Amino acid sequence: MSAFTAESGSRSAERGRLFAQPVAVLLIVAAVLVWAFTTDLDTVEQESINASSILTYTWQHLVLSVVITILVLVIALPLGVMLTRRWAKPAAPVFLAIANIGQAAPAVGVLVLFFLWTGLEGVAAAAPPIAFYALLPVLRNTIVGIQQVDPALVDAGRGIGMSSGAVLRRIELPLAIPLILAGLRTSLVLAVGTATLAQFVNGGGLGEMIDTGYKLDRVSVLTVGAVLAVALALLVDWLGAVAERYFGPKGIG
Amino acid sequence: MAENVTTTPLDNADGDAVSGVEIQLNEVTKRYSGQREPAVDSFTMTVPAGNIVVFVGPSGCGKTTTMRMINRLIEPTSGKITIGGEDALSLDPDQLRRRVGYAIQQAGLFPHFTVTQNIAVVPGLLGWDKKKISDRVEEMMDLVGLDPSVFRDRFPRQLSGGQQQRVGVARALAADPPVLLMDEPFGAVDPITRGNLQDELLRLQEELHKTIVFVTHDFDEAVKLGDRIAVLGNQSKILQYDTPDAILANPADDTVAGFVGAGASLKQLTLLRVHEVEMTQAVTAKTSESVEEMRKRIDARGGRPFGLVLDERGRPLRWVHKRDLASGRRLSEAGRPVGDLVSKQSTLQDALEAMLTEGGGVAVTGGRGEYAGVLEMETVMNKIRELREEHGDGADE
Ligand SMILES: Nc1ncnc2c1ncn2[C@@H]1O[C@H](COP(=O)(O)OP(=O)(O)OP(=O)(O)O)[C@@H](O)[C@H]1O
Ligand SMILES: [Mg+2]
Repeated sequence: MSAFTAESGSRSAERGRLFAQPVAVLLIVAAVLVWAFTTDLDTVEQESINASSILTYTWQHLVLSVVITILVLVIALPLGVMLTRRWAKPAAPVFLAIANIGQAAPAVGVLVLFFLWTGLEGVAAAAPPIAFYALLPVLRNTIVGIQQVDPALVDAGRGIGMSSGAVLRRIELPLAIPLILAGLRTSLVLAVGTATLAQFVNGGGLGEMIDTGYKLDRVSVLTVGAVLAVALALLVDWLGAVAERYFGPKGIG
Repeated sequence: MAENVTTTPLDNADGDAVSGVEIQLNEVTKRYSGQREPAVDSFTMTVPAGNIVVFVGPSGCGKTTTMRMINRLIEPTSGKITIGGEDALSLDPDQLRRRVGYAIQQAGLFPHFTVTQNIAVVPGLLGWDKKKISDRVEEMMDLVGLDPSVFRDRFPRQLSGGQQQRVGVARALAADPPVLLMDEPFGAVDPITRGNLQDELLRLQEELHKTIVFVTHDFDEAVKLGDRIAVLGNQSKILQYDTPDAILANPADDTVAGFVGAGASLKQLTLLRVHEVEMTQAVTAKTSESVEEMRKRIDARGGRPFGLVLDERGRPLRWVHKRDLASGRRLSEAGRPVGDLVSKQSTLQDALEAMLTEGGGVAVTGGRGEYAGVLEMETVMNKIRELREEHGDGADE
């Protein structure tokens, strides 16, 4: 009985959050923008705080985040799956250690080192190192998510004639989805936040506004850039929550 | 009865409603890497088509390993396995497993699949068309006693343990495999549900005649289900492979005897039905008759001074001793009421139980409750002795 109420309690809290979070984000963004556009702006501020540049920075930030997401998925998901296969299991600690280093090292350091090493600029220079920095949660959760699938289910699947690929596709991955999505959500929030550093390598994004505001001592520009970055991260987090809710396997939990 | 082991391969087309096929294991050995002793050492056995063969033995003796080599979830290190005459080791393992039903403890149902989806897996893998699959799923649910309209769209966690096991059995049987492997399938349910599931498996088997290899820890389960029981020792050594009767009556050695446990004779009595042994006839009279009439009959018989009073429809009512039959009394009040009855379908164990409450012979009834005879303690004793001798072959002497 108490378990039931506790569960439904946390469920309704979750549902409330699902609704409240985007509303709150939109309100904050609207408030900051209204404030920014209604105060007297000097010419320096006007150069950053106008519809077209705000849209451009936000758009750049989004593009960068999407590219990072794709990189994270394309690298961490197959790698995580592979590292749970029997033949590759011994390699799992090695890759986890590398990913751990990636996350432990300061993101700026990884970014700059990659820039110096490759000589690339823009999104190409920013996306790979940030993806490297942010992929650990997806990698780890993919591995853990697959490992926590009851071995009896894998055995049952093989025992009734599913190939190992079919067992992976129809049993292991679906049952690991909640953890993978949780990892992805963490990765994305990390990525969106870290993408503010892309401006160090001419990667654009809201980091430009924060940087301009800071260097030219314009609090309004700094605030708008920072609030939009935070709002974007919260929005991504919300999308992750929605995904977890609607793409998780049915029948469990 | 113990001797009718079929050694010629049978196949599906052999009629006789036997849809199972024979399984042969020939000097099958499994050596896990990094272990000195093989887990299964040169195991040779023929599982006759259409039979239930139960592997029993202590934990870790290799029952699961042996069974899993049949569908190659574990690859044998050496040896030969044929299923219906076909060399299992030369087939593609996935193809092989689609033709061998597999049911395990806790059912192993996929939690994110509905009951329907779980049962439909193997037919799906075999490429059946949608209509055929959905018909088959319904049929299987009916077969294992689950109402499709209620359970079709449920997820496993919305089922009781017993219902999950039923779905597990339905899934294993969905593609109508000739062979079924069951590894402690009823190990995780309560004793009453387990009893029901066992009864149902026997009922299914009566219809389907599959070849079933069944693993259990529980000797009583083995006795109840097995056409033959293989008692296994360490490294899957076959200590005895025979009918339940024969093993109970004459365990091959002390280890088997230990496994059979105390009360082997009692367990044996669960295998026999009252109609299979001889009954005696008591002196009877209907309640409408007089005490004098009954006394006359008892005297005329000249045996023991007892009789049985029946009601108008011939059902046993009261036991009477000759001295209860004083003139002037009515038969419906003489003697003492019948305490316990058994039917012709009862097991001898039930009959013995009833005899203990009755303090002697027990009245036996037919299908409609009518008197059919009396079973004496002595008959049961003789039967036990007879079984011992029949399966003895001098092993004890
Ligand atoms: N994958 C494995 N690797 C190494 N050894 C194993 C493996 N599986 C089983 N064994 C060993 O092989 C022996 C037989 O195991 P098996 O599972 O066949 O026993 P069992 O009779 O089914 O036992 P239980 O009744 O407890 O299920 C045991 O000693 C076990 O430790
Ligand atoms: Mg076992």
